[in-house]
Amino acid sequence: MSAHTLQGGFANAPIQSAQAFRAVLDAMARPGKIMALRGAAPPAPLSIAAVVVLLTLTDPTTPLHLAGAADCAPVRDWVAFHIGARLVEAEDAAFALGTWAALQPVTRFAIGQPDYPDRSATLIVEMDRLTNHGPVLTGPGIETATWLSLPETAAFRTNRALFPLGFDCLFTCGDRIAGLPRSTKVEAL
Amino acid sequence: MVWNSRKDWMAVVAKADPARLAALMPDLPDHSFLRRPEVGAVMVQGRAGGTGAPFNLGEITVTRCSVQLADGSVGHAWVQGRDGPHATRAAIVDALMQAPQAAVLGQGVLDVLQHESQAKRQVRSEKAAATKVDFFTLVRGEDA
Repeated sequence: MSAHTLQGGFANAPIQSAQAFRAVLDAMARPGKIMALRGAAPPAPLSIAAVVVLLTLTDPTTPLHLAGAADCAPVRDWVAFHIGARLVEAEDAAFALGTWAALQPVTRFAIGQPDYPDRSATLIVEMDRLTNHGPVLTGPGIETATWLSLPETAAFRTNRALFPLGFDCLFTCGDRIAGLPRSTKVEAL
Repeated sequence: MVWNSRKDWMAVVAKADPARLAALMPDLPDHSFLRRPEVGAVMVQGRAGGTGAPFNLGEITVTRCSVQLADGSVGHAWVQGRDGPHATRAAIVDALMQAPQAAVLGQGVLDVLQHESQAKRQVRSEKAAATKVDFFTLVRGEDA
């Protein structure tokens, strides 16, 4: 286990995780609003925002799925030391991390059950760019309409049709994050 | 004693009295935290008579900590209780013991702690041994 594996966690966990939680909460409550996350040093190839979300939301009780390039030895070791989450297949995951291409097909992730819609997966999607240009978002938490550079629209429209079931997404790029809960309507421009 | 096994020295500092360890090691080298002292609980398992099937004895409070010294060596510690400074000190001992100057620390701190804990254990065993009762049955008349 290299020394880099052991570094990069929160220096002041109680305060930093509370601030990060507030930012993630805001990102989910206001879909498309881009927030900044700081406080951690990620192992390659992850982004700062993605590991701050992991440090804040995951622990040994939340099964985690690493997809594609994220599923490498440095990341696995980093997760083992800093988080302790079980690494599982996509079907059993409460959280999944990877690029949109690596997470395909997204239909394999848990969407919850009618009695327990909360038993669904949250996808942390690593993006090359994250801007307020692209498909139109409307719905709860959005006053009129907003825009977000989503990788596609069809999968999110299908997901919206499953409401109240479905998965939730957090898009991360560098130190920025935006949320897309299952309740948001997505339309291509 | 020669300290070769990491398990041995980690066990000694984890079991040591925090105040005694602090008295033996008043000055700490420069260090940064990889994981600040955090308190949690672990389930302790026991075996009846040391050989029976394992059972859950109960949870105990532990504090864990990971540090990195200025030279880059990394130390970890898990200690019983909720004493953060004890966990920090134990992690620093672990890091120092992996470095070349380990023999000095081994003699100055670990040997002393080891000796004291053995002496304590000895007194306790002697006290217990003094109360030992051997049960035996006298031959009774009707069996003869």
